[in-house]
Amino acid sequence: MRKQIEGSQAIAQSVATCRPGVICAYPISPQTHIVEALDDLVRRGRIEHCEFLNVESEFGAMSVAIGASAAGSRVYTATASQGLLYMVEAVYNASGLGLPIVMTVANRAIGAPINIWNDHTDAMSQRDSGWIQLYAQDNQAAADLHIFAFRLAERVSMPVMVCMDGFVLTHAMEQIDVPEQEQADAFLTPFVPRQKLDVDNPVSIGAMVGPEAFTEVRWLAHHKQLEALAAIPGLAEEFAGVFGRRAAGPNDHLGLVTDYYTEGAETVVVALGATIGTLEDVIDELREAGTSIGVLGITSYRPFPSAVIRERLQHAKRVIVLERAFAVGIGGVVDADIRMSLMGLDIAQNTVVAGLGGRAITRASLRDIIAKSIAGDVEPLTFLDLNEGMIPA
Amino acid sequence: MTVTPLKFYQVGSFAVGNRLLTDEERSEQSNPNRVNALTSGHRACQGCGEALGARYVLDTAMAATDGKIMAVNATGCLEVFSTPYPETSWRIPWLHSLFGNAAAVASGVATALKAQGKTDIRVIAQGGDGGTVDIGFGPLSGMWERNDDVLYVCYDNEAYMNTGVQRSGATPPAARTNTSHASGPEPGAHFNQGKFLPLIAMAHHIPYVATATVADLHDLEAKVKKAMTFRGARYLHILVPCPLGWGSRSDETIMLSRAAVESGFFPVFEAEHGVMTSSKKIRRRIPVEEYLKPQKRYAHLFGANGRPDIVERLQRIADHNIEQYDLVEKGAEE
Repeated sequence: MRKQIEGSQAIAQSVATCRPGVICAYPISPQTHIVEALDDLVRRGRIEHCEFLNVESEFGAMSVAIGASAAGSRVYTATASQGLLYMVEAVYNASGLGLPIVMTVANRAIGAPINIWNDHTDAMSQRDSGWIQLYAQDNQAAADLHIFAFRLAERVSMPVMVCMDGFVLTHAMEQIDVPEQEQADAFLTPFVPRQKLDVDNPVSIGAMVGPEAFTEVRWLAHHKQLEALAAIPGLAEEFAGVFGRRAAGPNDHLGLVTDYYTEGAETVVVALGATIGTLEDVIDELREAGTSIGVLGITSYRPFPSAVIRERLQHAKRVIVLERAFAVGIGGVVDADIRMSLMGLDIAQNTVVAGLGGRAITRASLRDIIAKSIAGDVEPLTFLDLNEGMIPA
Repeated sequence: MTVTPLKFYQVGSFAVGNRLLTDEERSEQSNPNRVNALTSGHRACQGCGEALGARYVLDTAMAATDGKIMAVNATGCLEVFSTPYPETSWRIPWLHSLFGNAAAVASGVATALKAQGKTDIRVIAQGGDGGTVDIGFGPLSGMWERNDDVLYVCYDNEAYMNTGVQRSGATPPAARTNTSHASGPEPGAHFNQGKFLPLIAMAHHIPYVATATVADLHDLEAKVKKAMTFRGARYLHILVPCPLGWGSRSDETIMLSRAAVESGFFPVFEAEHGVMTSSKKIRRRIPVEEYLKPQKRYAHLFGANGRPDIVERLQRIADHNIEQYDLVEKGAEE
């Protein structure tokens, strides 16, 4: 049903259609509206056989999620920023144990200095945690990707983070098709855990593994991600069949990336999240003015769809990677993955770090940096709208 | 051929399987049909109080719930010695996640069981003192505050033994560890540091809190059984000597547990909803010195360069416990 609805409310309603058994959370901006709404839905009996637990910390939240998932329930939680960092030890543990937990990350900057606004530093810090990471471009995709995430998580028995830009999406009112229960039920079958705590068939989960098998376990973690990479395109098709729309948005390509005029484009901007919407507007203007340019959005950042990205970018002359986070001391985060995917190709590439801590990414600034990039008039690493006047000499 | 002289266990002891007792009064450990939750063959040290305590607790809980128990374990000796991949000593559903989150993971298991309508299955979380009073305290306090249906058992050997004997928040004053050396003017762990978690548990007004030792099997089993009659958060704090960390002989584990109680240094009591309901009376009161002396972690307090002043301060702690927890039968003291 089409509704004018806040992003967080849409996520809560979408998660509710997934029939979770346990929802746990510790409040942190800008995730709060999601879990507030879920608490209300559980209390009013709108999610059957579901328990909502408001715990004492994010470390507790992920730990509760681990226990509940190991006991065979479908589990959801949400966090952001400092909260994600506070639960990191348990984040790695959840993926190490292969528990199909779904967690929203309402992307927010990391302090100090403390900053509650949007960028991707939080989720990017967890790119190596073993979790699958899906990035939403708008609230329709955010709502849909949660249902998709549960299906994917349970298919490969690995946890999935659905990353959506804090405030920019979580607090934005948009008209979206809120998933219907019948649709969710058709796409998402009841959870059958790969292994669970069971008094009739007792297993020990979480044994200590020494040097004799640890490498093999880590290899399996990588293999699981590759399994997810192979599974996503089929699941994306299935989702489209049930819902009549693509989970990652109308420009979805294989459920892995979104493609906006990359075919034959001389310049391609690569980005993740809500910035893609602004970029598409800019690209419309530039294309009208005769510039050969497109946008490649990354939906599945982990697993990283290297082959698909190489295929989409191989004929470009320049790739601009627009990042909402960066690796201090070296530069781009996503940039490095793109370079690896394009290894051996003669493509100019530069990184633009933009929108840190909620700084607006305007069309004017994007037009300017794109023009400079195309002209080759940029450093390999630039910070969009950096006010050099504020920086002490 | 050497002949082992028979010992008459029945007199003045709390020995396993007391044959003079009726079937109902006998310990679960004496039941030949008991289901071993923790089987032999694990890698605990000889004389490990924790291994003993865990077996007593889980076998009793199994008997009390008709085998419907799930356990969550914090990282620590118990986890390491029982589950070196690909082996396991557990014959119950068992989950280890991290060092500091056993209580929260157990809350998750209990919450999932509630959502699934399987409330006949009960959840036990267990950890050592480090995982309980220090790194795992936040989630534990949260579990208590929410009154989740979990029995949390702390096997307190009074230091981080698994990492090689470092001081924890449960290390007693003056005890030597590798981060509270027996050197300087105040040797060993500092006075007025650390915490006694059972009182903090009581402050959460949870249904049931109890302390116990591995010396009194009947008492320990009775407390586990009682704990399983309550719904909501319960806390059991068991003193478990560690021969490695305490510097005691492996055959002194039970003796030291008993001496800790008989000296008043470790109070054994129960509380319901924040109020103490009973305490185990000292049968033959002994000076703390008798408890301390066999342990090398207190060796610096005795001998030529000993510190009788510190022993005296430790004695005052025992005296205070006896007063606070009502450990001596009124009129019993001459």
